[in-house]
Formats: sequence, structure tokens, C-alpha cells
Amino acid sequence: MVHWDATEKQTITSFWGKVDLAADGEHSLQRLLYVYPWCRRYFHKFGDLSTISAIRKNSHVRAHGHKVLSALGDCVPHLGDIKGHLAQLSKLHCETLHVDPANFCLLGQIITIVLASRFGAAFTPEVQACFEKLVGVTAAGLSSQYH
Amino acid sequence: MVLWDAAEKKVIASVWAKVDIEADGFQALLRTLHVYPWTKRYFSHFGAMSTLKDIESNPKVRAHGRKVMAAVGDAISHMDNIKGHLSQLSQLHSDKLHVDPANFELLGNNIVIVLAAKFGADAFTPEVQATFQKLVAVISSALTREYH
Repeated sequence: MVHWDATEKQTITSFWGKVDLAADGEHSLQRLLYVYPWCRRYFHKFGDLSTISAIRKNSHVRAHGHKVLSALGDCVPHLGDIKGHLAQLSKLHCETLHVDPANFCLLGQIITIVLASRFGAAFTPEVQACFEKLVGVTAAGLSSQYH
Repeated sequence: MVLWDAAEKKVIASVWAKVDIEADGFQALLRTLHVYPWTKRYFSHFGAMSTLKDIESNPKVRAHGRKVMAAVGDAISHMDNIKGHLSQLSQLHSDKLHVDPANFELLGNNIVIVLAAKFGADAFTPEVQATFQKLVAVISSALTREYH
């Protein structure tokens, strides 16, 4: 079980309140698909993702980015049991979506970079440490039901 | 051999011209030490680093951050043969410093995060990000090359 002290919980909750799920989610997914092009393999049904322009204009990317970042946000009220909270989503990614779990860490890294670019100096080392812990725990939670 | 197209070279040159070797290097190293605390093990001779305040006020961290960032800048000046250019430094990290090469990626990620925070989303576009992620990956790989 992952432990979060009071300062970490407060840092995450207060920081998450300023995240723009739609815009930050969209930019995160765009950058994942551009920087790690093999990820496009999971999104054939989105249509054209062949260039950064195509990725930027793609409305499925916008919608799905929002969905993914919202799911990360849903973990924040469940910090005490992210693994349990994500069990079903983990099964889905393993059994139905067949996603290589290494990609969860990549997306976590990309979300961190997007938030750093948006918050600038407000993305302090303390905020960064809490946030990287959150995405690390989330990636582990999403991998936990893989078999 | 790693190939860099004209657009990538231009992005790197233009971003690097605005990098503050001391301030940005310091931020990248301090974040690595704070977010990945096991890395402090390599710097026990730096003195107090047990809290973020200690790390932030440690002059050796500042000096070393500058040194590391200057080395990245040197690698950029030898972009067409980063592997060859870093071969001695790779041997040093393997034979003398005994650094787990997984840590090169962690520091590389923090360099990208520091630049993202400094330049903001409008300037640190996906294309700029991809180019810098490629650069830090190439540098990590070159620093690992002489390990045995």
C-alpha cells in the first residue's frame, strides 16, 4: 500500500485543482503520439495521426486526452488505494486494449512535462516530486492486473 | 550513427542559446536529487542534502549542476559524433564514478522538465520537446556506451 503524508496529499489536491483536464489532456496525448510514435498503433480508429499537424487537428485525440487526464484526476480522491480503484481499468488495458504497460510510464512522463510547461516556476521541485509519485503509482496500478 | 536533420539542429541551437547553464543546470540537478533521492548516494562528499532546503543552499550542487549542463552544451557542439565525444566521460562514469546508467535518463528527463517550465508550452512545442528528448536519449546512450 502506498503511503502519502499530509503535505503530499495537500500538494497534490491543491495542484490538481488548477489542471485544465481538456487542454492539458489534449496536449499530453498529442505529445505522447508525436514523441513516441509507436503509441499511434493503439489509436488506428482515430484516423490520420501521421504528422503533428494531423495530430493537433484530430478531434478524437482531443476527446481521448480529456478522458485520460480525467481518469488520472479520479485517482486523486482515492490516493489511499489507487491500485484497487484502477483494478477494472487495468484489466481492460490488459485483456481488451492490449496496451504494453511500459507506455503508462511514458504518458506519465509526458503529462509531467506538459504541466511543467504550463505552470513554469510554480511547478516546484516539491510539486514535481509529488506529481511524479502520483503518475508512478498510477502506472503501477494500471499494470497490477496484467497477466 | 545518429542523424540530425536541419530542423532539429536549428531547434537545439535556438533553445540552447537561451539556456542559463548555471541556473538551469542547478535546477535539473536539484530536482534529480530531490525527486530520485537515491541519486544523492553519488554525492555524499557534497555535504548536507537531506532536505530540499539543504540541496537548494548547497554550493556544490550548484557548481556541479553547472558542470553537467556545460557538458551537455559541449555534446551539442559535437552533435555529429556525440558517442565519440563522450567516450572518455563514459569510461569515467563506469570505471571511477560507478554510476548506474539508468540515472542518466532520470537527469535527462529533468533537463527536459526544467526547459519545459522555463520556456512554457507555447515555445516548448511538441517538436521542440521531441528534439530535446532525442538529444538527452542520445547523450544517455553515449554515456552508457563504454560500460563493461
